This record gives sequence, structure tokens and C-alpha cells, in this order.
Amino acid sequence: MKIHEFQAKALLAEYGIPVPRGEVAVTPLEARNAAERLGGAVVIKAQIHAGGRGKAGGIVLASSPEEAETAAERLIGSRLVTHQTGPEGSVVKRVLVEERTSITRELYAGIVLDRKAALPVIMASTAGGVDIEDVAAKNPEKIIKVAVDPATQLQAFHARQLFFGLRLPQPLQSAGVEIVRGLYRAFQEKDCSLVEINPLVVTADNRLLALDAKINFDDNALFRHPDIKELRDLDEESPLEVEASKFGLSYIKLEGTVGCMVNGAGLAMATMDIVKLAGGEPANFLDVGGGASAEQIQNAFRILTSDRSVRAVLINIFGGILRCDRLAEGVIHAVRSLQVTLPIVIRMEGTNVDQGRRMLRESGLNFITADGMREAAERAVEAAGRGKR
Amino acid sequence: MSIFVDKKTRLVVQGITGREGTFHALACRDYGTTVVAGVTPGKGGSRHEGVPVFDTVREAVAKEGANTALIFVPPAFAADAILEAIDAAVPLVVCITEGIPTLDMVRVARFLRGSGTRLIGPNCPGIISPGKAKVGIMPGHIHKRGKVGVVSRSGTLTYEAVGQLTRLGLGQSSCVGIGGDPIIGTTFVDCLSLFEDDPATHAILMIGEIGGTAEEEAAAFVKRHVSKPVVGYIAGQTAPPGRRMGHAGAIISGGKGTAAEKVTALRRAGIAVVKSPAEMGAAVKKALNA
Repeated sequence: MKIHEFQAKALLAEYGIPVPRGEVAVTPLEARNAAERLGGAVVIKAQIHAGGRGKAGGIVLASSPEEAETAAERLIGSRLVTHQTGPEGSVVKRVLVEERTSITRELYAGIVLDRKAALPVIMASTAGGVDIEDVAAKNPEKIIKVAVDPATQLQAFHARQLFFGLRLPQPLQSAGVEIVRGLYRAFQEKDCSLVEINPLVVTADNRLLALDAKINFDDNALFRHPDIKELRDLDEESPLEVEASKFGLSYIKLEGTVGCMVNGAGLAMATMDIVKLAGGEPANFLDVGGGASAEQIQNAFRILTSDRSVRAVLINIFGGILRCDRLAEGVIHAVRSLQVTLPIVIRMEGTNVDQGRRMLRESGLNFITADGMREAAERAVEAAGRGKR
Repeated sequence: MSIFVDKKTRLVVQGITGREGTFHALACRDYGTTVVAGVTPGKGGSRHEGVPVFDTVREAVAKEGANTALIFVPPAFAADAILEAIDAAVPLVVCITEGIPTLDMVRVARFLRGSGTRLIGPNCPGIISPGKAKVGIMPGHIHKRGKVGVVSRSGTLTYEAVGQLTRLGLGQSSCVGIGGDPIIGTTFVDCLSLFEDDPATHAILMIGEIGGTAEEEAAAFVKRHVSKPVVGYIAGQTAPPGRRMGHAGAIISGGKGTAAEKVTALRRAGIAVVKSPAEMGAAVKKALNA
């Protein structure tokens, strides 16, 4: 789960990390008033989940409250397209109005999980203010990495490794250590998957300040963080995906015309792949999960058919214990009650396969049964090519 | 010979009295696995479907000689269940649970180090040695005893592969689901190594997916240490970057972990990679005949 910059800064501030003074504004007038309170000259920052805002004109300097108001007017309600949003961009609903900071150095500090080592890794770099992945690709020696073992937790020597590596002058070292401690505690206590301050700046008056902050949370851990769940911004997510998540369906909308309904994430990805190999384009990823109950099938159909670009549906269910006659029953019921007219290709494996197929055939509805994944994909692609909405 | 589970397996099911636990404990027993105990804290002393239930894993090990644990415990408590089994020195622990918080697994991974326990999973279908034992949720009837070792990050995609193999008359020595999470107890490399040393396994099918570097590490291992033919398939060739594709570990992050990179790494190691998931079985057949 992602959150906005202003939320990340508020959270990190709770962990003792110094952030610039700032206020959120949802109208140009609020931005003006905030700028007045913050000393007149401010930075107006569009609040969207994606990065790359600066290059896209989403971060604007304002020398006065009037300029702040104008900048906010232009940004709020606009669609910002960055190299991370995709061509459709994100609608800016609010801006962060922040006091200006005089910057002498830009550093990077972040914590991420090293999957292979199964350890959180703290990364620090003197190359702040740029994409850390670019630095990792071109100048990996500029990134200092320190893995923290849960057996020791964060120790002073970890912090020393980072800051001696950065060659931070002494007065800033203790401030740096406090920041690393705060980041680590936040990462652990809030079950984050990423915590990043980029850039972490050294100001003209020799302070360390988090100029930007990004936090991603482990979706698997949200059940134990109701406060973090509150920070979710549904506007930043695709409406169909939000709808699907309400039913516990794993759904990702794509660009194609073949809607897919599969049980199991790996098989769902493989189904998307084989649709493409058959010359079609998957409209989505959808994992109905182990249950494939009648209710879930109904919910899945509703989500799939709400996508107006879907011209055919491919159902690929491999359930060894699953009874195919029960599955057929669920599908027939869903199609009837939702009045789905799209062609539906069904490939199922499990017990009572022949019975299930017979039920589909005798239903009088637009079902095409297939034997094996290749036949299913080819028939679905063909049906999508023929179909019209 | 098979790997991990066989006729010597003595299974304790943690979470046996829950719906999933009951259903699958019985299915494993029906398949021929020796199910010796169940653990549900608070229900110790009772019998569930004829299986003695204990309050703790230690008791199940002490009283029934359990040497393998199968965990059906909800995500909030699953890491604790794994830790308990490790603490009880159970040599093999299989955790089916999907949705365990990643930082919980960081702690589990730490505790595993230096212990005598092997963990398979979490978020996996388990492991089956056809004709010998089933410790997991896979449908036993699609499997057939034979000489192909299967190792996979997926559940139903593994069944698809097994279905293809069985239909071609190619049985399986053991099928291991290593799971879809970013932090897992047993890797492709672990399984490849065991399959290489297993006299019953003559060819290996590995099924990977986007996210992480496990397949690349496997490729490096195969190149240096595996003499048996290996066939591979990587799911997620059409997956968009930055999105979690169901499995917590299936995410292309910072441009890394794409299917294309993995396919390249596997091919460079001499692994026959199929583009289509419908061709997995046929490719193994070809590799065995070569």
C-alpha cells in the first residue's frame, strides 16, 4: 500500500525525523493562507502517489502567497503525467505547501527488504535527489548498504558504518544516527516494505532535513495497522481494482480484450501469457483464489464485465478437488443473473469434468468449452476478435 | 527415492481442527501419508477424526514421534506456529498459509538459521512424492509416480504441469511447491541440489515467475552443479511492472525481476525454457528422450 508524501512526512515526524514545516491545501485559497503562515515564500508540491513530479511541473516555487495561490490553482484538479504514472496520469486533489529550505547537500537514506538475505537493508548515499535505481545501476559504489539482523536489531555500529561511509561531518553525525534509528523503528513498527528519504538534505544552517519522503506498507500486515489502513487513498487506485479488493479478489486491470478468470496467481499469469502467445491481449489479471465459490464467481464476472473493453471471457480453473459440476452451476447462475452476453470460453480440470461440460452445453448460454490451455486461449482470442460490445 | 516426504513421514497437522486443517489432514491420510497427530492449543487430549490432538507441537513430537509438520494457521498466527515447530526441532515444516507479514518471516528466517529444521513455504501447496506421501493441498489423483522432479513457486500452475506430465505418461518423483512469497524457507537451488542427488529423479521441471532473483540463482547453480536435464517455464511474461501479481513475491521492482531476464538467465545455463505453459510437459518428454 502506498501513501502520499504529506502522510509519509507526518508519520516519520512521529519517529523523530526532522521534516520541513508544511500544510496540506485542497483549494487555492487554503494554499495562499498556508503560505502566509509559512513566511510567504514556499514550495507547492502536488500530492500524488507516483514520483517524477518535479520534471512534470508538479513541484513549484512560489515567492509569495499570491503566487502560491496561482500555483495551487493550476495544480489542483489537474492531471499530472509523470514517467511513473503512465500516460493517463494522476489527478491532483491536494498540494503540500512547504517552507523553503536552503540546501547545501542532497543525500539519500532508505530502508528496503533484501529478499535473498531475508533482512532489512539500510541504504545511504551521497547521491541524493536522483533516482536511487539509476545510482545503483551507474555508481553502485556510492551506495552504502547495511543489513540489520533481527537478532541484534539496529546497533550504533550500523549507524557508524553508514555515516562514516557518507563522510558526514561530526556535528551532523548524531543527527544522522537519530534519523536512521527513526527510520528503522518506523520500518519495523509499521511493517513497511520501503521507507525512503530522497533527498535527505543538509541545510545552509547545518541541519539534516527530510525534503521528500516515501513509504510503502506490506499489504500482508495491514490487518494489524488499522491506523495505516486509514491512510489509503482510493482515488489513486483503479475503481475496478478497488471494487475487486472489497470481495477479496486479486484483480489488476490491463489494456486488452480477453477477460481472464483463473484460480491461482501463477496459473493466472500463465493464462495471460498464453493469451498473448495466441495473438490476443489479456484485459486483466484475476485470481479467484482457492475457493472458486459461486459467490466469488459472480463477483468476478461482475468485475470483469464492468470493463467495457472486454470482448470475450476466458475461464481457466484447475482444481483437483474442485467439482466441475459445481463450478459449472456457479458460472451458469452468474451469467444468467448478470445477463452476460459475451462469449465465454471455459477450460476446467477437476472431478466430474464431463458432467460440468454437459451442463454448460445444455444451458443454452454462449459457452465454449476447451480442452487444455492452448485451445482455451486460441478460442478466447478468436471470440474476442469476432465480438463487439 | 524422492525428496523430503515418503513412507517414513510422520505428520502432525497444526490447525487440524479448523476447516482447512481437517479437510486436508484427511486428504493426506487418504493418500497414504501417516498422519500421527494434530495441534490445536486448548483442544489437547481430544481426538479429531481419529487423530490425537495436542496443545503443543513438542507434545506431538514426544508422544507420537511426529517428524513433519503441516501448518494451516491464519496469517496473524502462522509465523508463531512455524517458530513453535522449529523450537520443537521438527525436521520438516510445510506452511500453506498465504498472507504472513513479511517482517514476521524475517524473524522466522533468522530462527531457521542454525536450527535443524527445513521450512517449505509459506504460501505454498506443499510437497508430494507420488505413491508415497502427500504433505499439502495438491490433488493427489492427478499425480503419478515416476522420474520427473517438479519445483515451482506456484500452486495451480504446478498442477497444470503435473497434469500435462501424467497425461504424457511421465510420472513424478516429487513435486515441491516452494511458495509465492518473497521470503521462503526452501529455494529452487535447495530443491535442484536434492533432485540432482536423488536416484529416482531423471529430469527436473522448474516453474518460476516474476519478482526477485531466485530463478537467476537457480540458473547459476544448474550451470555448475546439475547434470540432469532441466526444463523451465517463467510465468508473468505479460505482467506490468510495479504491480503485485497475486503472490506477494511476484512483483517487478525497479525494473528488476522481469520474466525476460529470468528466461535469458535460464537459457544461458543450458535450461530448456518453454514460452508457452501448454508446452511444459512436452518439453520434459523431449529432454528425457534426448
